[in-house]
Amino acid sequence: MIRIFDIAAKDLKEEFRTKQMLNSMVIFSLLVIVIFSISFGSILGSSENVEMIAPGVLWIAFIFAGSIGLSRSFVAELENGCLEALKLCPVSRSAIYTGKAIANIILMLIVEIVTIPLFVILFNYNLGGLLLPGLVIALGTIGFVCVGTLLSALTVNTRTREILLPVLLLPLVLPVLIPAVMATGSALSGASVGDISQELRLLLVYDVVFFLVGQLVFEYVIQD
Amino acid sequence: MSDKSLTGKVLPLVAAATMLLAIGMIFFYLPEMKGESGEVLDSSFRIFYFHMPIAITSYLAFAVVFVSSVLYLKNGNYKWDIISRSAAEVGVIFALLVLVTGSIWAKATWGWYWIWEPRLTTSLALFLVYVAYLLLRQAVDVPDKRARLAAVFGILGFVSVPLSFLSIRLWRSAHPLMFGEAASGSGGGLEGTSLQLTLLVNIIAFILLFAAIVSYKIGNENLEEEVSSLRSSFR
Repeated sequence: MIRIFDIAAKDLKEEFRTKQMLNSMVIFSLLVIVIFSISFGSILGSSENVEMIAPGVLWIAFIFAGSIGLSRSFVAELENGCLEALKLCPVSRSAIYTGKAIANIILMLIVEIVTIPLFVILFNYNLGGLLLPGLVIALGTIGFVCVGTLLSALTVNTRTREILLPVLLLPLVLPVLIPAVMATGSALSGASVGDISQELRLLLVYDVVFFLVGQLVFEYVIQD
Repeated sequence: MSDKSLTGKVLPLVAAATMLLAIGMIFFYLPEMKGESGEVLDSSFRIFYFHMPIAITSYLAFAVVFVSSVLYLKNGNYKWDIISRSAAEVGVIFALLVLVTGSIWAKATWGWYWIWEPRLTTSLALFLVYVAYLLLRQAVDVPDKRARLAAVFGILGFVSVPLSFLSIRLWRSAHPLMFGEAASGSGGGLEGTSLQLTLLVNIIAFILLFAAIVSYKIGNENLEEEVSSLRSSFR
């Protein structure tokens, strides 16, 4: 159990030393928001329009930034044979997966925390609350990263890994994204837990399912 | 050898015969559809008897991919990889046909080909997942690794099948529900022996068609393996 956090801490320490990935994720996510704000500029006057497109714009920014981060998640391990060393560690293979996933979740949450204020400013958004949207976004992020970490390890050995990861990842995470986008919209405009209980349940189920499946099959992904 | 000729000759014949019977039933056996006030409804409803069996067959195909993926990871027998590869390819075609027949029917009844609602979205997602599966297979050169990674993706991808299947029961949806009760709105609507019998024969026909195509496909893949191993032995 402790080992899982060691692996996550190793990844985060490595990342914070250079902040290469984190910087590009944050900037990319902000750029998506800016571009949407420019291209929808004319219809952002009415708060009704903003509320309609807001959850979609937010999740597009998160997913694009997340895909960039995930695509690098295992590339760094390939350099200098780090993946071999990681596999030699006296931990189970599923602990590597969990540790990596935790590190990726934390990175994505940081990106999201930076993105949301800019989004609020550029879209003139009136936040209805912070706790519930936070919960929805966290649940969505966990599901996205659980699939993404597995696929990042899966595509790292293929010929066209940069293109292949989003192509494989996006259709698979649609079951997470549909309830996440729906619930984010309602939660941002101040709905109660009861209003979005169905979406929350679905998100929770998919998080658990994808996490468990990831645990089970990760061993086969990094096997040689 | 006898077992090979059974799947090679008998199965396609049975499938073709059942298919002819099924199509015949749709056009000549089915009574005209009547609305609630007794008026004759548009015969576009007949496409339902293709649409739903094709959808069921595509779910079945992806279940085959899932099971043979699990079996491949478990015992590493290459024949499971060939089966999941074949089932996925045929399944993608069926998933595409679900979207096509559904769109044609939607144009006739709703007036447009596509709307973004849960059933349609999840069906499209299902199709895309298995297109991605085939793309993944193309991106890996080493046969061993290809089989292993594809099996992992085949397991992961199957998660979207129950979602697609249950979506009309989970969310309020424009897509009609033919059996059972929906969470909201009305369910049911398909009563009467002749209707259910036609549907049943069609489901059997499409499953037989699927089995026949997949058995051909598996035969082809086996021949291909043989050719490539012969070729490498001459090199």
